[in-house]
Amino acid sequence: MSVAASSDPILQGVGNTLLILSGKGGVGKSTATVQLALTIRSMGHRVGILDIDLCGPSIPRMLGVEGRDVLTTPEGNWVPVCVDEEKRLSILSIAFFLDSKDDAVIWRGPKKNSMIKQLLTSVDWGVDYLIIDTPPGTSDEHISTMENLRSANVLGAVLVTTPQMMAIDDVTRELTFCKRTGIAVLGIIENMSGFVCPNCSDCSNILASGGGEQLAITSGVQFLGRIPIDPRLTQCTELGQNYLELFANSPVSAVYKEVVCKLLRDDSEKMEVEH
Amino acid sequence: MSSVPENAPEHCPGTNSEDAGKASACAGCPNQQICSSGATRAPDPDLDAVQERLSSVKNKILVLSGKGGVGKSTVTSMIARALALDESKEVGILDIDICGPSQPRVMGALEEKVHSSGAGWSPIYVGENLAVMSIGFLLNSKDDAVIWRGPKKNGMIKQFLRDVDWGTLDYLVVDTPPGTSDEHLSIVQYLSSSPPVAAIIVTTPQEVALLDVRKEITFCRKVNMPIIGIVENMTTFVCPKCKTETAIFPPTTGGGKQLAADSNLQLLGQLPLDPRIARSCDNGENFLTEEPTSPATASYKSVADQIVKFFEGQS
Repeated sequence: MSVAASSDPILQGVGNTLLILSGKGGVGKSTATVQLALTIRSMGHRVGILDIDLCGPSIPRMLGVEGRDVLTTPEGNWVPVCVDEEKRLSILSIAFFLDSKDDAVIWRGPKKNSMIKQLLTSVDWGVDYLIIDTPPGTSDEHISTMENLRSANVLGAVLVTTPQMMAIDDVTRELTFCKRTGIAVLGIIENMSGFVCPNCSDCSNILASGGGEQLAITSGVQFLGRIPIDPRLTQCTELGQNYLELFANSPVSAVYKEVVCKLLRDDSEKMEVEH
Repeated sequence: MSSVPENAPEHCPGTNSEDAGKASACAGCPNQQICSSGATRAPDPDLDAVQERLSSVKNKILVLSGKGGVGKSTVTSMIARALALDESKEVGILDIDICGPSQPRVMGALEEKVHSSGAGWSPIYVGENLAVMSIGFLLNSKDDAVIWRGPKKNGMIKQFLRDVDWGTLDYLVVDTPPGTSDEHLSIVQYLSSSPPVAAIIVTTPQEVALLDVRKEITFCRKVNMPIIGIVENMTTFVCPKCKTETAIFPPTTGGGKQLAADSNLQLLGQLPLDPRIARSCDNGENFLTEEPTSPATASYKSVADQIVKFFEGQS
């Protein structure tokens, strides 16, 4: 098995990889993945998204490409599904392999692990940046991904949290996971931070506020940004619309631009060091 | 259910399979002899011990959702607290979210540790008639990550079911992680042999959540788990200042109501997105007694009543 592992190239045709992690579910990992991808693409890069949430894949819906077929190359590799005509944003998700959208992937660990291995080795990407969207937790999917990524170019992990303590607890554990598996943490995004009432413009901190920033400070990790709740963003992810294009001047789009600048600045600095 | 070991050869039929030890993939596998002897297909010897322990636990409720962050843990704690308002009933909470245990915080028992006695592990009592067990009580520090693959998580769940000394319980409410994988298969496998057991499905109104929740319903149907009904959480947000309602997670495809209709299930309740609920969960307070007049409190009590009625109908 180890022989096969070393001969299978990991993430072919990928310039660099970002991992989106969170111990907690429902904090907006997939939404952040999509917004980061759209923002990076708007800066002129080719971007791919690999959705390794096998039991709850949501990326195809969020980008409006549900139900597409995945083509296979003559060599037997998968071709990711292109979201745009210019082929600058392509994605792969297990959702494309299911017969119906109600189909459940009821798999125990070993089967999930072999699927993840295949997703990491058998896709022809051709992108500058690949963003990997993960399920919540610190278990099979995460351990397998880390094991397989050792030989790939990985920028590091972006942790997504919401401000309340219930989420911070789980994200703290995810930080421990990153430390133990030796993956660099590029920073923390605090999502769903504050909601401005459309009627009276009063800001409510529905899920508290500042928890993500506090966690970044205490754990010595870069704080990437605080993203407010915007119902127009949930609406866009529901309908598979491009929020960045429709609401380019919104506060949310501005924060994502800042976040991407911070992330890619790290990348270009790193490349300069390497050359 | 798949029983393919971690390090199995390719195309391993699984140790539970009729073909175990006999398939072409088994040739050369060091465990071929054990598999072909039939020993691996014998029932799990711990199953009896689990059944024995659960014989004093009457009604079991699984709180499920394909999606994370929809409020499974909040709903679990609220249902348990609502059921425990009836002082003649004994209620337990079992948290099987191994990688992300939230019950210690939600139930205000963050610093507690589990003690073991001759009778097994003692759960943490957060009230006269309300006990909690979670892997959170077994960790040294709250930063500790449980980096375990499936089999180890399954072992932990089995140990909870076999070794926790609940005493006599009327209701055991089980909080689960998101998904349809190891934890879910294991808990269903163990609880199904000790009925009555039924599931509550938690969702939020938007399609991106419903996508995953439909998969969970498919899962329940495949493993023959009865479903009590659906709870829709975070339905609307009411501005505390001007009382305007906003659907932060818009029900673009009909939300929980449509899901219930499509899947022929009951909608047990629609709960608001209330900052006070998030705050009392963070602080481990009992929202039901802190805010007795809140509409959310009434909704949670109504959900609990429907659960009681469901199980009364079973016996």
